[in-house]
Amino acid sequence: MASKYSKDLLLTMHRKMYLIRRFEERTDQAYKQQKIAGFCHLYIGQEAVAVGTNEALRPDDYMLSGYRDHGQPLARGSDAGMVMAELFGRGTGYSKGKGGSMHIFDIEHHFYGGYGIVGGQIPLAAGMAFASRYRNEDRVTVCFFGDAAANQGAFHETFNMAVKWKLPVIYICENNRYGMGTAIGRVSAEPEIYKRASAYKMRGEAVDGMDCLKMYEAVKDAVEYCRAGKGPVLMEANTYRFRGHSVVDPAVYRSKDEVEHERKNDPIPKLKEYAIKNKLATEAEFDAIDEEIKAQVDAAVKFADESPEPSLEELWRDTIVEPGEEDVRPRERVLGTKVKWPSYPSGQELKVTWDLEPRQQAEREDKKAGLAR
Amino acid sequence: MPELMYREALNQALAEEMERDANVFLIGEEVGRYNGAFKVSQGLLDRFGSARIIDAPISELGFAGLGVGAAMVGLRPIVEMMTWNFAILAMDQIVNNAAKLRHMSGGQLRCPIVFRGPGGAGGRLSSQHSQALEANYAHFPGLKVIAPATPADAKGMLKSAIRDDNPVIMFEGERLYAIKGEVPEGEHVVPIGKADVKREGKDVSIITWSRMYYFAEQAAQQLEQEGISAEILDLRTLRPLDEEAILATVRKTNRAVIVEEGWSLAGVGASVVDIIQSKAFDELDAPVQRVTGLDVNMSYATNLENATQPDAAKIIAAVKKVLYREGA
Ligand SMILES: Cc1ncc(C[n+]2csc(CCOP(=O)(O)OP(=O)(O)O)c2C)c(N)n1
Repeated sequence: MASKYSKDLLLTMHRKMYLIRRFEERTDQAYKQQKIAGFCHLYIGQEAVAVGTNEALRPDDYMLSGYRDHGQPLARGSDAGMVMAELFGRGTGYSKGKGGSMHIFDIEHHFYGGYGIVGGQIPLAAGMAFASRYRNEDRVTVCFFGDAAANQGAFHETFNMAVKWKLPVIYICENNRYGMGTAIGRVSAEPEIYKRASAYKMRGEAVDGMDCLKMYEAVKDAVEYCRAGKGPVLMEANTYRFRGHSVVDPAVYRSKDEVEHERKNDPIPKLKEYAIKNKLATEAEFDAIDEEIKAQVDAAVKFADESPEPSLEELWRDTIVEPGEEDVRPRERVLGTKVKWPSYPSGQELKVTWDLEPRQQAEREDKKAGLAR
Repeated sequence: MPELMYREALNQALAEEMERDANVFLIGEEVGRYNGAFKVSQGLLDRFGSARIIDAPISELGFAGLGVGAAMVGLRPIVEMMTWNFAILAMDQIVNNAAKLRHMSGGQLRCPIVFRGPGGAGGRLSSQHSQALEANYAHFPGLKVIAPATPADAKGMLKSAIRDDNPVIMFEGERLYAIKGEVPEGEHVVPIGKADVKREGKDVSIITWSRMYYFAEQAAQQLEQEGISAEILDLRTLRPLDEEAILATVRKTNRAVIVEEGWSLAGVGASVVDIIQSKAFDELDAPVQRVTGLDVNMSYATNLENATQPDAAKIIAAVKKVLYREGA
């Protein structure tokens, strides 16, 4: 039977996963050469989650993440050199070197960051989804967070509102089984995170996050549900980080056997085998892509390394918006590329025609519950 | 000019700005059907509907963050905190997200949001419900902090806050909502960052904000009878501080008393003293005095509650001290 996936899709997925893998290997190297500093969390092993998700989205859907945030923007199409420059703390980085590894933002590609407080991005995603609903747009917001973030109050507070207000947001818990050195089961009454959705009458499901195609299918289905206005989804992507929590963590809290076992599950060869077995691509085609990516990442590192630090005047920019000041468009600023930037309807054009609590329905329910108005 | 209560002035500002700009919405506990815990949003649900006047669950962190997310993509949320005591639960979203988004994104994002609600002592509410917390927020770059004292300023500054492209923290006063004053109708916008000389004087400057302004006024009236002419500078905005106005009044009177409802250590007044001593030291005829809330938690008993807070008598004593008058 022929595969239902196009060659183009599979090669794109491979290209992106391999880009993330290679990018992160070079990040690790550069950190050890002290070109990168601070907290730096690698995405190696989890590539299928970001890539499978991204290919199921529209480019104008919103996405945001925690501090393990190099993979998602690369999947979205961010410039690898400018992401690397951000890690190097250079003025040519996406945030001019002000954010670093944990705060990648690329608004042109609708990647809204990069947050260092565990779970802090969860309410933001609901707000972005609220804005889409408010303006009657059909875009969805995808928010990634770790398994440990599911124990934050923000998780519970937000899900309650997101369901009650039918917000078009997909929460993807990247369950890599550890929050730093703590196995999630040690600190969680319900370690299968997706099951917590039921407490909020929310759609919840688990998916194999080590398989790019399964991620793709699951997110596609969730997006359809969300775009149709049926409300939020909690998806638990079961995945594994092959490296420590951050580049300096030797990860002694888990056994070598466990890691070896999980490495057999590597999403990159898995997708490749699928494509070759289904005769959608040849080994040679994969090799050619890999060579291209290696050159792309070499160029990214070189770009970062040769870029200057931000100027000291930058200290006094980007804290408060002055009247009439425009937003910074990174690729335009750094590469001179003309970019498409999000624009929103003005408050005079916008018509808010929907109800969060439709009056008649609310009155009926009040009556049933014996409430007075 | 019509006379309005502080809460009515705020209500007018909300309604006018929501009328003017459909991107503006209000979210908070009890803001809709209940018409607001302090009735600031009276009648707005009926006028603007439930998509724009949103009754939130008791999830301060959650709905503060929801507001920030909406602001990141072009809406202009107003997040009402039932009181600032409860906003402590939302501090992470205000400080780590709202105040830092523009910086972390290298200027790609802006966050036009207003967090507003009553601050300061309530009446007989003990320590968890009676705190002046503005100094906490004044500390953070990336925020603006306002605390208007009069109904006219409340209206004009809320309008400015809603139109501002930055996160604005607005301290109203639990004890100010019923205060009356003349309020200009329609387009009355008071700029953020500008202090206001509420009373002209020549012997001493009393620098204050929010509810303490009224104690300063009482003190100034009594002092006048003793032949002492006090100027009152109402800061109105605590971040950014209006340095020019602070220095101007001190250069005029050469003596200053700073009145702050909150605690002394690391208070806003400490920063005002710093501005004065570093930039107008030679103009001073006496060390600057501060009148602040006592360095204790607020009690329930009437006598303890009163003793904890600044009042006109304490201000008068401080004024006499900077004037080297008898009995001070
Ligand atoms: C509120 C908060 N507490 C603690 C930390 C320190 N910290 C950083 S990452 C982390 C573990 C989070 O694990 P998880 O959410 O599973 O994400 P993962 O690192 O596995 O991607 C901790 C405790 C933090 N950044 N924020």
